Amino acid sequence: MHDVPDIDININNLSKIEGHANLEVNVRRGKVDAVKLKISEAKRFFTQSVRGKPALSVPQLVSRICGTCSIAHLTCCIEAVEDAMGIKPSEQTVELRHLTMDALMIRDHAMHLYIFCLPDIFGVDSVLELAKKERGLLEDALLVKKAGNELGKLVAGRSVHAPFPAVGGFTKVPSNEGAKELLHELEHAREHAIGFVDLFHDNMQEFERETHFIALKNEKYDFLGGEICSSEGYCITRGNFRNHLTSVVMPYSQSTGFEFAGKEYMVGALARMNLNKEALHPNTKRDCAGCIGLFPSHNVMMNNLAQAIEIVHCMDRAMDRLEGAEFKPEKYTVPPVKAGKGIGVIEAPRGTLYYDLETDEKGLIKYINLVIPTAQNHVNIERDIAVLVERELEQMDKDEISMEIEKLIRAYDPCMSCATHFLKVKWKGEAPARPSRKRKR
Amino acid sequence: MGKKLKVAWVTFACCEDSSILFVELLNDHFFEWNEKIEFRVCRMLKKAALFEDIDVAFIEGAIALKEDEEKLRHLREVSKKVVAVGSCACTGMPSAQRNYFDEKTKGEIEMVINRFGHMEKVVPLKSLVKVDYEVPGCPMDEKVFLEVLQKCFSEFGV
Repeated sequence: MHDVPDIDININNLSKIEGHANLEVNVRRGKVDAVKLKISEAKRFFTQSVRGKPALSVPQLVSRICGTCSIAHLTCCIEAVEDAMGIKPSEQTVELRHLTMDALMIRDHAMHLYIFCLPDIFGVDSVLELAKKERGLLEDALLVKKAGNELGKLVAGRSVHAPFPAVGGFTKVPSNEGAKELLHELEHAREHAIGFVDLFHDNMQEFERETHFIALKNEKYDFLGGEICSSEGYCITRGNFRNHLTSVVMPYSQSTGFEFAGKEYMVGALARMNLNKEALHPNTKRDCAGCIGLFPSHNVMMNNLAQAIEIVHCMDRAMDRLEGAEFKPEKYTVPPVKAGKGIGVIEAPRGTLYYDLETDEKGLIKYINLVIPTAQNHVNIERDIAVLVERELEQMDKDEISMEIEKLIRAYDPCMSCATHFLKVKWKGEAPARPSRKRKR
Repeated sequence: MGKKLKVAWVTFACCEDSSILFVELLNDHFFEWNEKIEFRVCRMLKKAALFEDIDVAFIEGAIALKEDEEKLRHLREVSKKVVAVGSCACTGMPSAQRNYFDEKTKGEIEMVINRFGHMEKVVPLKSLVKVDYEVPGCPMDEKVFLEVLQKCFSEFGV
């Protein structure tokens, strides 16, 4: 490649994503010299602040790591504390947790797709610009999003920082009347959710690069339970995850990256669809068959389509769970505490989330270590950007490339509030010029 | 077209839970607010940002970084009213939890504090600038937010 000028792309304040991040790309002699995704969120040090606090109350605190996926942190931390203390939740509690996760996925994916991504489809900057031209479509979008929000309120008390889920059970059980009402709301919203699957399919962009995918795999495409599997066909048990994940230091970012068995990888809806689409709800399979047939895929832009399909799937699963449900009042009792080590592994909206903690005999937290989905995608995002820029360098100008980069990053649905949370990184002296690798913990 | 309220929605150190609740409030208020509000700045809804001539700045999050203090002061200068939204903006907590770390833990995080321009202490908005209204809660109390917004509509004749 010649006659290509050296260029530097700096995008400050990436928009229509969760949280704050900047990007720097340097091109020298037609080759990408450096890609730095700099997460500029101020680190809030939750992993340090929870030490010495009662493990039973810590799930509500770590929920504050992230507004949009707070339910994921809450649920994963509860799972880890129960694992450490040998607490077995009731069958009803497990069902309610599944419903809480269904609600989270519907609401969170809907926000990403309809508020953040929809403008890209119509070539405008903001969803606000669609208010007149696409009013009907927006009404449908808000209706689907609202169904997720209402399901979260019914089951968990609120869809952000939910008050009902707790270690050992739910402090309040939803009313059966409320469940019936919500069933109708979901039924009604479902047809619109299918419409959006088609819309995202018909407007799908393409960006392919071979990479690896990791997700929890289980029989019902649930977001809780199962083994951690890779697209290369092997699975590991939950307790064994530390031996496979390696942290990658990003000296320019307030976050850290990860590799799985020494390779970059992607987590999230695309990874789940690639690994587990056979387990989708039968009704979702029936009504979205054409789109589901396109997976597995290495096209990262299909993460949007995968999320659109997951919304339908979560509605179908939630309707099954609510149909004829007879929730019984279960008195919440504070479980007895003990010392132990525990692990929580769940599928958050943006991918696999890990909690790894230890409690002492008084039930106080000794340490918590988190592995966040966006941090796991960090290396993969940067490598994608490098390839995208080199591919488009001769066809597009700098502004067009920047726009394409933002769409690519948005497809990952990154969450910067979450990404800054990891235990600690030791930089010795000056930061290394390139990311260095070290074993986690 | 009637007069619109010129709004900025800006976040600093926080989990953006109130921003998310705001996006959920759009489920019921999208079309109404679109008629009444001109978003000059709102990173969740648009890329274009105009940091000038703002009627009301809704600010979520505590101030933890030196560069954020500068941004906050500038925002105050160009905004007629400032509303602190959510617990971190109103009280600093939980973003300010590092203020209470013991010496050993402080030593552990010192590298990050120095490297990324963190302030010595994380502070709520009102300790740096004048705050006109507060919407407390973690996440923000929806009812209070709607009341404050209504008050702003009337004050600015929208």
